[in-house]
Amino acid sequence: MDLALRDLGDYIEAALSEAVIAVDLAGDELVVKVHRERIVRVLTFLRDDVNCQFKQLMDVCGADYPEREDRFEIVYNLLSLTHNQRIRVKLQTDARSPVPTVTGVFNSANWWERETWDMYGVYFRDHPDLRRILTDYGFEGHPLRKDFPLTGYVEVRYDDLEKRVVYEPVKLTQDFRSFDFLSPWEGIQAQLPGDEKAEK
Amino acid sequence: MAETQIKNFTLNFGPQHPSAHGVLRLVLEMDGEIIDRADPHVGLLHRGTEKLIEYKSYLQAVPYFDRLDYVAPQNQEHAFALAVEKLLGIEAPPRAQYIRVLFAEIGRVLNHVFTICAFAMDIGAMTPMLWGFEERERLMEFCERVSGARMHMAYFRPGGVALDMPAGLADDIWKWVERFPKFLDDCEELLTENRIFKQRAVDVGAITAENAFDWGFSGPNLRASGVAWDLRKAQPYDGYERFDFDVPVGKHGDCYDRYLVRMYELRECVKIIKQCLDQMPAGPVKTDDRKVSPPPRAEMKHSMEALIHHFKLYTEGYHVPAGETYTVVEAPKGEFGVYLVADGTNKPYRCKIRAPGFAHLQAMDYLTRGHMLADVVAVLGSLDIVFGEIDR
Repeated sequence: MDLALRDLGDYIEAALSEAVIAVDLAGDELVVKVHRERIVRVLTFLRDDVNCQFKQLMDVCGADYPEREDRFEIVYNLLSLTHNQRIRVKLQTDARSPVPTVTGVFNSANWWERETWDMYGVYFRDHPDLRRILTDYGFEGHPLRKDFPLTGYVEVRYDDLEKRVVYEPVKLTQDFRSFDFLSPWEGIQAQLPGDEKAEK
Repeated sequence: MAETQIKNFTLNFGPQHPSAHGVLRLVLEMDGEIIDRADPHVGLLHRGTEKLIEYKSYLQAVPYFDRLDYVAPQNQEHAFALAVEKLLGIEAPPRAQYIRVLFAEIGRVLNHVFTICAFAMDIGAMTPMLWGFEERERLMEFCERVSGARMHMAYFRPGGVALDMPAGLADDIWKWVERFPKFLDDCEELLTENRIFKQRAVDVGAITAENAFDWGFSGPNLRASGVAWDLRKAQPYDGYERFDFDVPVGKHGDCYDRYLVRMYELRECVKIIKQCLDQMPAGPVKTDDRKVSPPPRAEMKHSMEALIHHFKLYTEGYHVPAGETYTVVEAPKGEFGVYLVADGTNKPYRCKIRAPGFAHLQAMDYLTRGHMLADVVAVLGSLDIVFGEIDR
């Protein structure tokens, strides 16, 4: 299995040398990192090439790494029924640069790209219908970003006087408790007072 | 005579319509009684599961998976348990694998019985629903006996299952599985050759295999289009390769075939459950790696080491080495995947849930275009939609 995937990785790298940045094997899963602007070309190739035949796009999702320069990672999971293989295609982008949509290659990408836009605020260029999908009508912000608080900014309640649902800034009767369970002696870099004695 | 301007009519279906299967708001553009465009609005049940999981330890994340597809909760846990096990590099012991397969199949029965009966009720057959819920009640009793909870079991944990099966449960499941095919026969007698049922289901919402690939279909909905693809066969996990069962496929990919595929899958479930009970080995039900699974209660009473392990596991939890995986199981609704990114701490960095229903509902527009209004209900029922997993 590993050998077949490695061969496939080499094959893709050779065929798409201008688009592929790196080919990795994460455990027994093939990961291909590509240039943002080439994603349509890459997915079309993976779908149509006789050695790939990744006819199904199973998932598109984002991930947020705020410490990176291009903070967002867009992940495409593909499945080939013919060869019984999976592949993961990744690209990086930031909050400003749009990503070309792949709805022209796979219809199923439509909602997943909408979800990624909704959750991370990554803009997909030429998407036919880029609306929010999971959050409320009129929602502001992108909730899965790491800098978005878990409790959010607004809460809703039904106002009996106004006879409608009203939005108010979130009020916590108790602060959100984020316990730091990590062992205090793991990962401490600083020199503690008295540590120098251990050297003597 | 001046030509009359005819405007399309926009109809709001749901979110409280009983056959919207929960909280679907469907905006339908109608040309008379023909559907021009269907625009499903989802997200009314959005709870931010993925965000919540990022703030919980790996063990605390397990119960969130029950609440995704609440018709067959254990199958979701299965995917998460497998994903974490893959990153940790451990495997559940054989008995745990058998128990998991057993309850995953019970979950499949729970789901398919519900789907078939709800589908039948959506298009006018009342009786199967009443019978089906009786069967579901029996199955949920088994779930309660093994885990303490009827639905939200939190039973499949990374490294095995929470508890061993209590004495006598295997016999009772066997007794149930012996007479379950009778229920299937009764149901089939009411539905399969029923003229009204066929009028509502045959050739409605048909999709070809090629289009099903394009729309990301999986599970019974894909098999109904004639693709023999089952992850239990193609990419077996937890020892599914040990079992002898068939993969039923449809021909036309219409509502009727989707119903038939589920019906036949139920009979295959019976086969697997029987083999499972027959072959179940004795032994431990969780891995003996004490850094992942807690020690037995009795050991804690006299072993300091065990007490420390217990304390650390239930406060800090275990650390999963940095890495990422996309792990899938064949959930009753289709391919349920978990894309898990670990950063070496005790909490997942990112946990994306790939819900099969999300892709299926997306194809609503394609499937219903040109059909009548009443067919929307039939298509929706046959796709097997549950909003817990779509809205997450």
